[in-house]
Amino acid sequence: MNPLIKPFRESLEMLDRVQAESVFQQALTTLSPIQAVEQVVVPALEQIGAAWEAGSVALSQVYMSGRFCEELVEHVLPPSDPDRKHQPRSAIVVLSDYHMLGKRIVYSVMRASGFELFDYGRMGVDELVARAQADKIRVLLISVLILPSALRVRDVCTRLKAAASGIKVLVGGAPFLFDAQMWQEVGADAMGHSAADAVNIVEGWMGEMQ
Amino acid sequence: MNATTMNSMQRTLTTLGQQEPDRVPLFLLTTLHGAKELGMSIEDYYARAENVIEGQLRLLKKYRADCLYGFFYASIEVEAWGGSTIYLPDGPPLCGAPIIQRPEDIDTLKAPDVATAPCLQRVFAAIRGLKAAVGDTVPIIGVAISPFSLPIMQMGFDKYIELLYEQPERFEKLMAANIAFSVAWSNAQLAAGATAICYFDPMSSTTNIPRELYLKTGQQVAKRAIAQIKGPTATHMASGRCLPIMADIADTGTAVVGVSGLEDLGELKAAANKRVSLLGNLNGIEMRRWTPEQAEAAVKCAIARAGRGGGLLLGDNHGEIPWQVPDEVLLAIGDAVERWGRYPLDWVEEYLAVT
Ligand code: B12
Repeated sequence: MNPLIKPFRESLEMLDRVQAESVFQQALTTLSPIQAVEQVVVPALEQIGAAWEAGSVALSQVYMSGRFCEELVEHVLPPSDPDRKHQPRSAIVVLSDYHMLGKRIVYSVMRASGFELFDYGRMGVDELVARAQADKIRVLLISVLILPSALRVRDVCTRLKAAASGIKVLVGGAPFLFDAQMWQEVGADAMGHSAADAVNIVEGWMGEMQ
Repeated sequence: MNATTMNSMQRTLTTLGQQEPDRVPLFLLTTLHGAKELGMSIEDYYARAENVIEGQLRLLKKYRADCLYGFFYASIEVEAWGGSTIYLPDGPPLCGAPIIQRPEDIDTLKAPDVATAPCLQRVFAAIRGLKAAVGDTVPIIGVAISPFSLPIMQMGFDKYIELLYEQPERFEKLMAANIAFSVAWSNAQLAAGATAICYFDPMSSTTNIPRELYLKTGQQVAKRAIAQIKGPTATHMASGRCLPIMADIADTGTAVVGVSGLEDLGELKAAANKRVSLLGNLNGIEMRRWTPEQAEAAVKCAIARAGRGGGLLLGDNHGEIPWQVPDEVLLAIGDAVERWGRYPLDWVEEYLAVT
């Protein structure tokens, strides 16, 4: 494990941008940008996500650190950089819900981890099913906050399966945290407990899809 | 007092006094089910106070709960501030676009007048109607979103987190306006007949901000607001965690804490240390797919872990039963409280020994 993970994570949790930036620069003296992202930024965000799930880190810290890492990584790995992970073709959306923070955090953490993905904003079922197929999406990340929206994921999954789209669906958000069986009930392929989970799961699928 | 003749109010006050009443009070906070009961859409239901009065009274009887709930939906407060509400056919009404678009808007923000905002008058009328129906026999719970949590709806969660960390002066301005509003809003509900105010404050939960920040912000705001609210308060975390700050919440002068199903009720009770009572912590989301047997098991477990000695109001962990929860589950919860909630809870020792 890279010894810089710990100081990087600690500075993020303290919201100490100057310190986090300096640790990141230190990583860049021996590592390429994508290596620094994978060996320092991703593990630190993963630990923060796991700590939130366990109750020892707060959402405000998760949000601020995700946003900050996104900016940091944007700098060294601009969207056009060939080292960015453009595959599998992915998109993130808030389904029939008005609460955008979950998506914003997951998007930041994915981008801070070197991924590029479409941000669909908020959509209803019909629009989402049509758009994901038209864009030839392979991995669809869905975030919701209220229960009726979580249950609507079922319509999305049923229709994507019926169309044999091959699109894999990853869900997350409060209702899925409170009912551990719900992601299976609605026909999703996986659920993430935290934003950092999204990175792990999509990376796993990336391997399978190649 | 003869324990077998306690009414809901006596039962509740006894348990809040950390004594054992005749049975564990059931604080089943149903809202949207009133619309189902009256065969109306959720939007129509909330358009008239009479509907909510009728709905609440029917639900009280049907599910044998020990309280009435004057809560309409959180966004009604945002409406008073000039915002809008989005109605769903199968879920709670939600707030529309934020009323604070840019942080600078806070500089000229003024709290609305509680006595004239039309949407709030419906809530007062509902509480007055409930009070006229039950007098002092059943507690009527009013609701105020805490001044510290309201900005999530006023400006959006992301923008509010940024404000909290980056603009302390503007944050303080916003709190001053929100405290004035919340206090007036709470006191008007008490004047209309509410017995207590449920002070929804999930922003203070350790799920959302770290304890150090809570002590500097949410706790100070709660102390200032609760001191001016002329009745008892129940601070609700809306299913956010609070075990590490239980004593800090008790320091705000609140009487009850609404706790999450993500934390152990026994540990929460120990942390409450008889300084506050607990409200919770059945999982309302999971409840949707419970069998009657699972409902009974959940009730039994909660009572075993926190019922002895009083200080427990049994309810869900969020402060509102979701629309999707079927009747048979809610009826099974009532049955289970009847069956396992009678004091003295002499079955508990053995139950805890084997589980
Ligand atoms: C704070 C809070 C409030 C505040 C502010 C709400 C807001 N955001 O607007 C107040 C007090 C105002 C409030 C009001 C209401 N609330 Co509320 N509230 C909460 C609480 C505590 C946190 C909500 C939140 O925004 N969290 C931040 C988000 C980002 O967290 P998250 O979704 O868990 O996301 C994280 C992970 O899940 C993951 N993730 C998210 N999406 C994705 C996607 C993918 C692909 C992956 C991998 C991961 C992932 O990453 C995120 C960061 O780690 C939750 C309970 C809880 N413990 O979570 C209830 C909760 C959201 N509230 C709920 C409800 C019902 C309401 C109301 C509708 C009540 C009412 N009748 O008025 C209102 C609606 C307000 C509105 N906007 O109009 C319910 C919703 C479920 C349901 N029953 O339908 C919840 C879940 C409570 C519960 N246990 O039932 N609430």
